[in-house]
Amino acid sequence: MDINAFVLFWAAIFTSNILLTNFLGMCSYLSVSRELESALGLGTAVIIVLTVTSALNWVVYHYLLVPFGIVYLQFIVFIIVIAAFVQFLELLIERYAPALYYTLGIFLPLITVNCAIFGVSLFMVIRDYNFIQSVAFGAGSGIGWLLAIMMLAGIRRKLKEKLVPIGLRGAGISLIITGIMALGFVGFSGIVQIQ
Amino acid sequence: MNKKEIFVNAAFKENSIWRQILGICSALAVTNLMLNSLIMGLGVIFVLALANFTISIIRNWTPRSVRMMVQTLIIASYVIIVDVFLKANMPEISKQLGPYVGLIITNCILMGRAEAFASQNGPLDSMIDGIGAGLGYTIVLLAISFIRELFGFGTIFGLQVLGSWWTNWSIMVMAPSAFFLLAIFIWIINTHYYKAKA
Repeated sequence: MDINAFVLFWAAIFTSNILLTNFLGMCSYLSVSRELESALGLGTAVIIVLTVTSALNWVVYHYLLVPFGIVYLQFIVFIIVIAAFVQFLELLIERYAPALYYTLGIFLPLITVNCAIFGVSLFMVIRDYNFIQSVAFGAGSGIGWLLAIMMLAGIRRKLKEKLVPIGLRGAGISLIITGIMALGFVGFSGIVQIQ
Repeated sequence: MNKKEIFVNAAFKENSIWRQILGICSALAVTNLMLNSLIMGLGVIFVLALANFTISIIRNWTPRSVRMMVQTLIIASYVIIVDVFLKANMPEISKQLGPYVGLIITNCILMGRAEAFASQNGPLDSMIDGIGAGLGYTIVLLAISFIRELFGFGTIFGLQVLGSWWTNWSIMVMAPSAFFLLAIFIWIINTHYYKAKA
């Protein structure tokens, strides 16, 4: 893959947004978007974890899995790396920044099962990114995800007093809003193509 | 509950997608073609059935503190089997599904069924529950991809059904349509559900 890391970073935010075009991380996106504050907390945690785990997984893949010929174990190894890092981060925050722990730390367990994290590691392998590209893609995807969840949380706050058909309440209307957001993001798609 | 009730319950009454809104990442991503949806659905049925079976067998020997990790590893092992099988036998489809086969591991349905059913019930019941839940998931995938493929390409399972007069709706191939269709699907089912309850 010969693509500028900086371009890739912007592409990950806008043209191939991890949530709006690749549908990753939907579960926590729908369930944590009721309040702006918690959306911001989870989004920040996702940015940190995505950036670091895409770097870690790149190193593990190219210096451990490939030399030993055990690429087929990548799923298990990636999951373990992600889970271990999240656990480590949780302990670290709890120990050194207890105030931050209450705004950020509570979301960390949710992140292990957030498919965006695992998905970015898999995309990195499939598209054969180098180290710098992987980190740029990871950080960009995280910011793109934060952008999407903040937009939904903002719209849902406005929607609280509005009358929504009973069958659409909750997930249904959120999906329609997300669809409209995705439609808007299609407008960016001509700028750069990375898929 | 007898075996049939378990099956019907897992597949329809507690359907992961429309009742619990779980596992919709892949439901949105692979539904642009019916064949992709079918293969994905079969993969999920396979993993769900066997993972539920295995988790249920070892449920009494798994310490509570590492339960999640053990479950994830069991699920991951079966997903690897599916991935390797697809790569060897259907390289074309494996390429199209891309990372979404691996993402079955983080599909909330798997963890959901393991937690809600397999960690409390016997192996055979758990397996039936897994097959039921997987089937419910596959049905939703096929329903969405039927509309997307028909309007987006004019085909069903790759066979041309709409003639040359048909103009493909390119929006059906793109991401937004998946969100809209799933929302409409959930709307219809929920309205029906509330009506039945009232």
